[in-house]
Amino acid sequence: MAFLDNLINGMSLGSIYAVIALGYTLVYGIAKMLNFAHGDVIMVGGYVVFTAMVTANLSPWLSILIGIAACTVLGIVIEKVAYKPLRKASSLSVLITAIGVSYFLQNMALLVFGEKPRTFTSVVNIPKISLFDGKVVIKGETIAAIIVSVVIVVCLSLFVNHTQKGRAMLAVSEDKDAAQLMGINVNSTISLTFAIGSGLAAIAGVLLCSSYPTLTNTTGAMPGIKAFVAAVLGGIGSIPGAMIGGILIGVIEILGRAYISPQLADAIVFAVLILVLIVKPTGILGKKVNEKV
Amino acid sequence: MKKKISPMTRKSFVTYGLLVLAFIAVEILLNTGNISSMMKGLLVPICVYSILAVSLNLTVGILGELSLGQAGFMCIGAYSSAIFSNMVKETITEPMIRFPLAILVGGIFAAIFGLLIGIPVLRLRGDYLAIVTLAFGEIIKNVFAALYIGYDSAGLHISLKSQGDLKLAADGKMVINGALGISGTPNDSTFEIAAVILLITVIIAYNFVNSRTGRAVMSIRDNRIAAESVGLNITKYKLITFGLTAFLAGIAGVLYSHNFYSLQASKFDYNMSILVLVFVVLGGIGSIRGSIIAASVLTLLPELLRSVNKYRMLMYAIVLIVMMICTSNATIRGFFVRNAQKFISLFKKNKAQPEAVKEGE
Amino acid sequence: MKIAKKLMALSLAAVMAGSCLTACGDSSKADGKGGDEKTLVIGGSGPLTGGAAQYGTAVKNAAQLAVDEINEAGGVDGVKFKLVFEDDEADKGDKAVNAYNALKDKGMQVMLGTVTTGSCLAVIDKTKQDNVFQLTPSASAQDVIKNDNAFQVCFTDPNQGKASADYIAQNNIAKKIAVIYDNSDAYSSGIYNTFKSEASEKGLDIVAEQSFTSDSKTDFSAQITAAKNANAELLFLPIYYQEASLILAQAKSAGYSPKFFGCDGLDGLLDVENFDKSLAEGVMLLTPFAADAADDATQKFVKAYKEKYNNETPNQFAADAYDGVKVIAKLVEKEKIKGNMSTSEICDKLKNAITDGFSYDGLTGQGMTWGKDGAVSKDPKAVVIKDGAYSALDK
Repeated sequence: MAFLDNLINGMSLGSIYAVIALGYTLVYGIAKMLNFAHGDVIMVGGYVVFTAMVTANLSPWLSILIGIAACTVLGIVIEKVAYKPLRKASSLSVLITAIGVSYFLQNMALLVFGEKPRTFTSVVNIPKISLFDGKVVIKGETIAAIIVSVVIVVCLSLFVNHTQKGRAMLAVSEDKDAAQLMGINVNSTISLTFAIGSGLAAIAGVLLCSSYPTLTNTTGAMPGIKAFVAAVLGGIGSIPGAMIGGILIGVIEILGRAYISPQLADAIVFAVLILVLIVKPTGILGKKVNEKV
Repeated sequence: MKKKISPMTRKSFVTYGLLVLAFIAVEILLNTGNISSMMKGLLVPICVYSILAVSLNLTVGILGELSLGQAGFMCIGAYSSAIFSNMVKETITEPMIRFPLAILVGGIFAAIFGLLIGIPVLRLRGDYLAIVTLAFGEIIKNVFAALYIGYDSAGLHISLKSQGDLKLAADGKMVINGALGISGTPNDSTFEIAAVILLITVIIAYNFVNSRTGRAVMSIRDNRIAAESVGLNITKYKLITFGLTAFLAGIAGVLYSHNFYSLQASKFDYNMSILVLVFVVLGGIGSIRGSIIAASVLTLLPELLRSVNKYRMLMYAIVLIVMMICTSNATIRGFFVRNAQKFISLFKKNKAQPEAVKEGE
Repeated sequence: MKIAKKLMALSLAAVMAGSCLTACGDSSKADGKGGDEKTLVIGGSGPLTGGAAQYGTAVKNAAQLAVDEINEAGGVDGVKFKLVFEDDEADKGDKAVNAYNALKDKGMQVMLGTVTTGSCLAVIDKTKQDNVFQLTPSASAQDVIKNDNAFQVCFTDPNQGKASADYIAQNNIAKKIAVIYDNSDAYSSGIYNTFKSEASEKGLDIVAEQSFTSDSKTDFSAQITAAKNANAELLFLPIYYQEASLILAQAKSAGYSPKFFGCDGLDGLLDVENFDKSLAEGVMLLTPFAADAADDATQKFVKAYKEKYNNETPNQFAADAYDGVKVIAKLVEKEKIKGNMSTSEICDKLKNAITDGFSYDGLTGQGMTWGKDGAVSKDPKAVVIKDGAYSALDK
């Protein structure tokens, strides 16, 4: 029974990682950069939704929409101000800039929202399911997280593969210069990617804070790193890969914590990542890159 | 020495000279008492971070692979040497003997782990290699944070669970107390020793770059397939570089751990690795002198921003972003360079300086 | 590129040199010789940025409040206090030492700090070397006070663990106990270790021993599942309130409702913005300070704090810091300390005075006294959360 409980909790955590990992994977796939600030956009999303819902007393759905809109704008602004000037610079310079943006967001949030933690009100009102006389409980948040992540993966896959804009994103991710020659506006495509990724971050923020209802300026940091690991595990750039990677990381983390050692749970997650990459160097669903001579 | 000194040799000697000058300047300040406590406290950390940056530059700049596990090697060096010093501090009371031994212990342990980790890791490339080094760094940190070691009359006790699990006898002593780490390490790090080690690190780095091995490593960076086709053993050269990086990072860890009373593994998280990477990138990939300058400036910067109080980390973030954009964006950089050249030419007529050969090549 | 970088390096170097010089200008005070007769500089150090910022900020605010009150009353025998506070980011190494050194440069004569145990351990040997009187409001590990110049306002961790186990056993609250503690935190594991040994002596049965680390302190589902399946009647939480608020919420949604028992770290739970207070109903805790206690001193302090700081309710850290400054003031009065005495002279006087029959009635305890070991002796109060407020639990 305890195992089933832990497995379900792992799936719940994993679905949240999956939604965050989608943001990483999209941005990496198209802009070829590790957006280290992604986790902090989640935190900002959490604060915006909190402010709308609790302080301004708006309805949860409206608050979530405001959160998504705010994060989308934030994502576009970050891209325009910090990343666009570095489009032609080495990927390392962009990485460092992203780290700068991450510090900036964390400390800005500290100044604006203060240092005291806030308790997030869960936006989920799905009743929990009790199995085996209450021995196993599936929380409403768990159900919501799993459904939302599956819906997002399906929608995103459809969008990327079956719409004009989505195919433009694929083209840019394959070859920026060739895409430009074919009449695709690379800059706006990259902006669109950031917008979608950041919007997803807001949703991830709501899911994260609903399941683990605490909100501080560092809320997004650790889930961000874990989700990044999940994206790499699943094969960075691959949308279903992010889902698989996220769920795997979540389940391994919870099971490791329950059955091996809470202190070593993270180490186990990272060890699994290393093992997978050694066997399959581009992640589970990653594309093999052929080397040009 | 030949009549004409190669630009590389000249560059390295300029760096040595600058280091020695800086050292002398600091010594004068120290001896005349004209230095604030804060600057005094920062001297060893600056050397430590400079060593870390120079050593990481060998992997990032010379080998051309992105490593995010520098803190892990530092952690191994710090822990192994702190354990060593704590065990022998009663038997070897003379720091001048104990500390060099500790440095060797830390460096060698880190190098061994560097080689062990390097074998699987260096098969990967690009961002995948980066994430795996980050993973190894985190594993090292987590394992040390979960490790309990104590000894008593019955011998050594090791546990991964808790202090109570060790079942130490009454005369027992804790060596590593889990996440709370090691305390009581003798404060053997001094600025003088740290500065000497920094100088040695720089000498090693320059000589490595100019050696046959270094050139082989750079040829792998520039074109792996071509290098392979002329018969270079890729794995061997990669491992040598990775091991050397780990060795130097381990030594930096030794200096670090012997500078503080207590040491906790959580200090060596991915943020530390990223910090060192920031030094390397900002200082210029492949530029050893740049690494040292960037490490010094960025270690000082948050301290100098103390006067702006709660805005200081925000300012730090902004400075970081602006510096990155100014040094990496071609248009902005061009603007600065043009104006700087105009500015310089006002003073130096007809002395147009040719752009120096790119460092590290 | 080269030139741009050189320019940048040059300008940075210029800034550096400039600030170095200004720092040097102040060094008359930095050598511990003392300065103006009428001003005593108290240095505080704690996290103002980063994940632990709430604790450092509480200490800074409350210390400033106490200093202002003292100065408004004309100082101690004409000696006014000046608080300088530096951010150490709760770092356990160089940044903690940097903050300490910055304080020294600002002429610190008495140290109120540091806030967190990890940072404190990094500086205790420096304060010993410089012979600075160090009174930490909230760093509670035993190692923190191993030197004779260091004292605590808060309880030492082992005391709390022992008191908790005694209280649970004496009042027959539960027999089967599960514990969730922070393995990476000296405070939490310190309490837990003594709790465990005392519990086994008192015949309490620890059926589940679960831990977490600072890297993974949001998901407690595995720990709660373990406690639930071990059928523990009571969950002992020697942790801080932020994590506790999560454990309470997650236990509820997992359909697990044991009794909860915590230590002073839980204080602040009810003030978390938007926290559902019904979750905390029936939670018992041992704390030296409760913001809604009825005594005059507490009420006056809470009112003043709220007025000054945006209507925020002070927590236990704030109360400890306030007491800390007032203790220093009393000692300064007793020893007739003047601002122009050297740091080392002040330290020698204060450390003798505090152990020599000194007693203080503060927010966090009546008749607090200090032993040579640096630990404070005061009684923890047991409170239970009832209808969204603390109410005293009778012994």
